[in-house]
Amino acid sequence: MGRRALGVGLWLLIAAAALLVYLFAPTFVSDFHSRDLAHAGVFFIAIVGLNLLTGYTGQISLGHGALMAIGGYTTAALVVHEHWRDVWTIPLAGLAAGVVGFLIGLPALRLSGLYLALATFAFAVAMPSLLRKFSGLTGGGQGLRLLESAPQQVTGISGTVTIFGHSMTQNHFLYYLTWAIGLVGFLIMWLIVRGGLGRVFRAVRDSEVAAASAGVNLARYKTLAFAISGVYAGVAGSLLAIQDEIVNPLTFTFLLSILILVGAVVGGLGSLPGMVLGALFVQYLPDLSTRVSSKPGVPDFVYGAAIILVMILLPSGAGGLLRRLAEPLTTRLYTRP
Amino acid sequence: MLLAFDWTELAQQIVVGLASGGVWATLALALVLIYRSTGVVNFAQGEMAMFSTFIAWSLVHHGLSYWAAFLLTIGISFIGGVLVERAVIRPVEDAPVLTVVIVTLGLFFVVNGAARWIWSPETRSLPNAFSTRPIDVAGVAFSIQDLGTIAVSLGAVGLLWLFFRFTKLGLASRAAAVDPEASRLLGVRVSWMLALGWGLAAAMGAVSGMLTAPALASFDQNLMQPVLLYAFAGAVLGGIDSPLGAVVGSLILGVLVNLIGTYVDWIGTELRLPVALAVILGVLLIRPAGLFGREAVRRV
Amino acid sequence: MPEPLLQLEQVDARYGPVKALHGVSLTVGEGEVVAVLGANGAGKTTTLRAVSGTVKRSGEIVFAGNRISGRPPEAVARLGIAHVPEGRGTLTDLSVRENLRLGAYVRRDRAGIREDEQRVLSYFPWLEHRAGQRAGTLSGGEQQMLALARALMLRPKLVLLDEPSLGLAPMVVTEIFRIVGELNEREGLAVLVVEQNAVLALEASSRAYVLEVGRVAVEGSSADLRRNESVRRSYLGY
Repeated sequence: MGRRALGVGLWLLIAAAALLVYLFAPTFVSDFHSRDLAHAGVFFIAIVGLNLLTGYTGQISLGHGALMAIGGYTTAALVVHEHWRDVWTIPLAGLAAGVVGFLIGLPALRLSGLYLALATFAFAVAMPSLLRKFSGLTGGGQGLRLLESAPQQVTGISGTVTIFGHSMTQNHFLYYLTWAIGLVGFLIMWLIVRGGLGRVFRAVRDSEVAAASAGVNLARYKTLAFAISGVYAGVAGSLLAIQDEIVNPLTFTFLLSILILVGAVVGGLGSLPGMVLGALFVQYLPDLSTRVSSKPGVPDFVYGAAIILVMILLPSGAGGLLRRLAEPLTTRLYTRP
Repeated sequence: MLLAFDWTELAQQIVVGLASGGVWATLALALVLIYRSTGVVNFAQGEMAMFSTFIAWSLVHHGLSYWAAFLLTIGISFIGGVLVERAVIRPVEDAPVLTVVIVTLGLFFVVNGAARWIWSPETRSLPNAFSTRPIDVAGVAFSIQDLGTIAVSLGAVGLLWLFFRFTKLGLASRAAAVDPEASRLLGVRVSWMLALGWGLAAAMGAVSGMLTAPALASFDQNLMQPVLLYAFAGAVLGGIDSPLGAVVGSLILGVLVNLIGTYVDWIGTELRLPVALAVILGVLLIRPAGLFGREAVRRV
Repeated sequence: MPEPLLQLEQVDARYGPVKALHGVSLTVGEGEVVAVLGANGAGKTTTLRAVSGTVKRSGEIVFAGNRISGRPPEAVARLGIAHVPEGRGTLTDLSVRENLRLGAYVRRDRAGIREDEQRVLSYFPWLEHRAGQRAGTLSGGEQQMLALARALMLRPKLVLLDEPSLGLAPMVVTEIFRIVGELNEREGLAVLVVEQNAVLALEASSRAYVLEVGRVAVEGSSADLRRNESVRRSYLGY
């Protein structure tokens, strides 16, 4: 009993520390870097969503960038065409992407592994062309510009945002907004994963045949996983649109899908804490790669080499490392002597 | 009605389609080779082929004839493929599949970046592999370029088939892909078979690249990206775990895309790529195993 | 006493963190058929895997004067040990002929290989008719015989036979053990056979070891073990 309390206490301590970091990080970084951190938050949310689908349910998706596009364009379209306030579009964007995710999940029932990867790959590659095609809604190749078309709907356009009496810069606002949603999303995911639903998802990942024989309705849970991760991707895409104040087909290329997947794997599939590290990795690595040298090709080379190196050194991602480091502690806490 | 149809044009367009398909077939075969041996799709296959093409360009630039450069590049690419496998894939041999996939994605950037760093991003061109004169076959004019491309692609595929079918090493390689554990007990060095697979795949990719480049007025480091997509589509159509499927699927795809592009008006040249994507999605929805793949039936 | 062909001395083996063998010691003499018996999970298959190098092991393993305790399976095969694994390890996608050819993969003596091909066909004449067939289309019993034939193509000094009777009809199993006996008599082939079917194994072998939870519980001549009622009842289930 005492051990249990110690374990819970430890988690509360970690949670409190995380909360403190969240609240006070912007005071330690420049305004510009708050923007970067906000951007990392977008990756974080998408990665957490993908982690559910790929890490916990075992469904490979190379198309999360395309789901983010759904969310991002929903937000942009609502702001530009319907003059909604940008932040209020977020739930709808998440919902739209969740529905598309569900729809993708349906045919995905018959596919697995490589085939699913290829199908989602094709979807992701096709997305920019699709976006260009429906130009009435999406603004075609030019995309949608929130700032130019509906400036009053952009929160913080004046430069400062006031919430509950507190004034802050637009960048800080974006940071707090994104990571608030991120932390809430993380919490929800944590609850999903450690509960009965999480167990079912993991059962599906480990052996579909065994799960089905145990009575699990594969169709329901696979599509559910797709839908939930779609919602996360949609919210992430929406926040991206809000942060950048612009969307166009080049915002959501296959490259973005790769980044999300890399972030999820580097973070450690099936490990929630690792996702923060994964998000920071994909946010800052391209930047750092350009710092090494800006000669053509070198940043990409460094970027790719870093990814390869991380995978070789940490095949199970950061999450795997965290698990190994925490093993002596968790063994002490959770196993009977 | 039959007499009014232009059979000559159809024949010509079929040959053009086969030529594109042949180029895609060699890259598709490379993808299938690696998939069968290593269990992953190598997303960097196209970039490796592009790198080989640039090596060929450098050789030609330094005075070698096209065909001499062709053969030398194949050899260099083979060695390169083996080195890549040893350096980058071997360390993650036992890692989960997704980790290896991410490694190939990282490889994509590494190879692309290296190519843009070594040879700056300006466009360049390779001389024509074959003469541009048309040739008369049974009264129909075909381009030697197209016929030659088909011949070289199928020749390369044929040589590979001979290797796997009739040599001891090829047999061991096939065994290692089918059942690595049992093969090990027979004394097969499975790890080196993987490296061999990557070397052969790189060589095939080089053929693909070196047949793609001369057909274009000029090319740059993005040369093989569309080809990779078509190769995926061809391999999916034929069956991603079947070498025969990869080749036949790509040839069919080549003819299909070309005929659709020629005879269906609103699909001009820019929509050829979406046709390939539609093929991938269509096949996966209807019959994921493709034409020749093994039906992985899992009825629960 | 001449040096045994194969000697295991205090061998441990593990699957990840789980230890499957604890200090197992056994020997196989030249031209001997030795059986390893025991219940499911006793460590019989693991013992064979320890010899061929397909499991993490420690301890002394000496074969024909060579220390093989640290060598990988590829090297062990080259020394003349043919391991017919549980489930035969048939290369199902390849043809019967290709399977046989791969049996001789590590050999370079073309003449010797051709000789052995003839020899093997004399033991299993039906293989000739099925040479071009996909090995996966053979029945279980036929695959077991193919696996044995393939092992012979190595011209091995020792054959490791893992559960040859698994999933096969009794008539087929009898035939297989008959062939094993013939090979041992005619060619002087040493065999280390793992079997759950203790009756058959004891009849076919001259010595046997009974494993229990990864340790050698009983050892002795097969004739003695067959007669020993208490051993039979406690360890062999009959």
